[in-house]
Amino acid sequence: MSIKDTAQAVMKKAVQIAPDAWMPGGTPDPLIRQKHGLIGTSVSRLDGPEKVSGTAQFAAEFPMESMVYAALLYSTIAKGKITHLDTSAAEAAPGVVLVMTHRNAPRMKPAPAFMSSAKAAAGDDLPIMQDEEIHWNGQPVALVLAESQEQADYAKSQIHVAYEVASALTSFEKAKPNSEPGVFQGQPLLLEIGDAEAALAAAPRKVDAVYRTPRHSHNPIELHAATVGWNGDDLIVHDASQCVTHAAWSIAEVFDIKEEQVHVTSPYVGGGFGSKTLWQHQILAAAASKVAGRPVRLVLSRKGVYRIVGGRTLTEQRVAIGAQEDGRFDALIQTGVVAMGRHNNMPEPFILPARSGYQAKSFRLDVEAARMDMLANTFMRAPGESVGTFALECAIDELADSLGMDPIELRSRNEPEKDPTTGAPFSSRHITEAYTSGAERFGWAARNSKPGTRREGEWLVGMGCATATYPYYRMAGGAARLTLTKDGRATVEIAAHEMGMGTATTQTMVTADRFGLAMECVNVKYGDSHFPGVVLAGGSQQTASIGASVIAAHRELITELIKLAGKESPLAGLDPDEVIGRNGYLCKSDEPERRESYVSLMERAGRDQLTAKGSAPPPLEFTHWSMHSHGAMFCEVRVNAVTGETRVSRFLGSFDCGRILNTKTAASQFRGGIIMGLGLALMEETQFDERKGRIMNPSLAEYHVPVHLDVPEIDVMWTDIPDPHAPMGARGVGEIGITGVGAAVANAVYNATGKRVRDLPITLDKTL
Amino acid sequence: MQLHINGSLVELPSDTRVSLLDLLRDHLALSGTKKGCNQGACGACTVLVDGERILSCLALAVQYEGRSITTIEGLSTDGALHPLQQAFIDHDGFQCGYCTPGQICSAVGMLGELRRGLPSNVTIDLANGSVPLTRDELCERMSGNLCRCGAYNGIVDAITEFAETSK
Repeated sequence: MSIKDTAQAVMKKAVQIAPDAWMPGGTPDPLIRQKHGLIGTSVSRLDGPEKVSGTAQFAAEFPMESMVYAALLYSTIAKGKITHLDTSAAEAAPGVVLVMTHRNAPRMKPAPAFMSSAKAAAGDDLPIMQDEEIHWNGQPVALVLAESQEQADYAKSQIHVAYEVASALTSFEKAKPNSEPGVFQGQPLLLEIGDAEAALAAAPRKVDAVYRTPRHSHNPIELHAATVGWNGDDLIVHDASQCVTHAAWSIAEVFDIKEEQVHVTSPYVGGGFGSKTLWQHQILAAAASKVAGRPVRLVLSRKGVYRIVGGRTLTEQRVAIGAQEDGRFDALIQTGVVAMGRHNNMPEPFILPARSGYQAKSFRLDVEAARMDMLANTFMRAPGESVGTFALECAIDELADSLGMDPIELRSRNEPEKDPTTGAPFSSRHITEAYTSGAERFGWAARNSKPGTRREGEWLVGMGCATATYPYYRMAGGAARLTLTKDGRATVEIAAHEMGMGTATTQTMVTADRFGLAMECVNVKYGDSHFPGVVLAGGSQQTASIGASVIAAHRELITELIKLAGKESPLAGLDPDEVIGRNGYLCKSDEPERRESYVSLMERAGRDQLTAKGSAPPPLEFTHWSMHSHGAMFCEVRVNAVTGETRVSRFLGSFDCGRILNTKTAASQFRGGIIMGLGLALMEETQFDERKGRIMNPSLAEYHVPVHLDVPEIDVMWTDIPDPHAPMGARGVGEIGITGVGAAVANAVYNATGKRVRDLPITLDKTL
Repeated sequence: MQLHINGSLVELPSDTRVSLLDLLRDHLALSGTKKGCNQGACGACTVLVDGERILSCLALAVQYEGRSITTIEGLSTDGALHPLQQAFIDHDGFQCGYCTPGQICSAVGMLGELRRGLPSNVTIDLANGSVPLTRDELCERMSGNLCRCGAYNGIVDAITEFAETSK
């Protein structure tokens, strides 16, 4: 163990044993107590009119004076060198402004790879068009700028490239023997408690099987794009980004300029799911713009997205459970290998759900990564949990089947009282309630536990269930600026993101409740790297990060406001913990008639506006408590006995995610996650040619995502029990929906047909 | 060489390679029509030509001389939302909003096809002449419009409500 690792372990232990009151969330957010505000109601999206009328402005839609259009050419080999590069015909083509290759690209540093430092945003840390080396099949080798997109696309076709091909490792089977231990967020993805293999061998009942999940692509409908321009040494990037601050810092590193010189905006993001971070296109667009002296718009083609934006990697997981006759786990083993690029660090952490899901006497959890010559793999909605729950929750279903026990009962018998691997107390865990209410609403009792026994004409009908789970996260660096104006209106500024979650709407509701103002009096500004905060829209943590940041800024603002209002104010001498906002007034919490309106307070303060910035405290709460959301997922499928086709006829997600802030947008997040989970279960696969290392289905015609007719009405419900240690009592809802779905579908297919499919996706050939 | 877009007369581009989609987005700054794949697989670029829905990424602008194009910007009048646009907001028929203009234009075109009695792959009685708007009919006919956020339930509810109230 290195000194750094030891220090981290000591710190972690100290956080675990420290008193609750020292922790962020040790004192519950006062908003949790408030029952009659906007929180928990159904509010339509505030940006709805812009989105439905086509006036919401996305990255490729910002106009810039004398802007040119870019097209990218990609390598057709996985590894080797460029030996010949003829750009003369392209340069002579009509309208061409620049052909950029490694020969004339400006000198740039590699971009900082994601998780290598606090604000690193890039998919990998490879050189960007700096030399003749090829690292993956699809790497950009040339960029054309022209007066129109048509001219740029044509000129690109006139570039001739020849390569010297080197031997590339593009076969997973060949890469596996040299796999390395996975390390995620600085922690090894290895956990051993007791001797799980021995306990498995000795257990009277057991299951032991291998499950496989393929590569996936995020496929947001908005193509990755950037519109960029330089003003001297200052760069503006209109990006589609779920990490504007990270992107600005990382781009500044590449061009060796100051962070403040890079301004990244991203007011709307047309879906991200983990993919809208920093890839080569934004940097190449900025480099070409610098060389050409003109603003540049670069929109990747759909094929281009598959070439240079990584997706979720494949996994091969063994799950083995040793149990007593009554179903109690003696051993829980989940180990396996994932494919990983050579210049990134994202070993798909599929063991995360097993770390806190079930009580067991022994554990062995291990992720190994097999490096391959391929495009860097990356985060995709619920990295780890989405595919980890598939294997784990199928294995539990298999065990329940072999025990002749209801799978919900089996899960309930292994429900832990505290975190089974860290010993930390749960902050709030109500999975049993979620199962009970979900099972009742779904009609689980009608399920016939004997597979293949319910048939309606050609269709075999079955039901399955699985547990969904996703942790509560809050990342370091959250900060926000609040401004109160003399007319009693509040503005929040924070470098956060809207890519469909309903960020502005929900945060307007929360801020309005915090101040005691009407929604119309609150304005939430986001999507701009010039605003405070390092707030990744990822890890389902944005709501908590914004919440904690606004709490901090609000405290500063209220302290200052009461101070400035002076001794004549009825609130004189009170500290921010003693007051609450209500109906445009600030009131003493336990004496609400002692109050003064914001307008009056501002008048006393003699200010037109008052601004305060606050920084969120270090995120220690989820080390001190074990903080996880859960869901009970129920699925009914119909499998055609003749064609093998699987149709999902009913689906219910029953969630325990803390307090639900906006019922309308949260329900959509749950449903959207479940629908992406149906894709994972039944159709999604990025096909990687193991001979050439090239993705073979780089289009929405050949990578199938769920369409209207694939999706039944998705029922969702929730416990709505606030987590006392999370801001607003909310643990985040963006990713949990996709988890557990693969297993719920596979378990339902088993119940319908008696066929256990352990390789996703469950295509019709596997059920025949 | 001209065409009508949302009631205005527009010159066709001199470059015959320009798609109708790029004419809208790059030449006319009508960026409400979205580019999601540029190969006819996602439906985000759906617009109406003389009331019928087409994929503007697969259409060359010069093919549409003299035709009348309606985009998402042309559905709202004087800043007032079209009732279907409002229904999308009410039923949360979108999240990120990127596929939304295409979904809405496609739905308007689709309801016209139903009114004209055009059958689909799930129509049971082909000889009937009129096709009832069942959930399956709606979903089958809208399946060319992908929504990766998964707002399908809300979209179906919005279109159903609009179709029922505008009968």
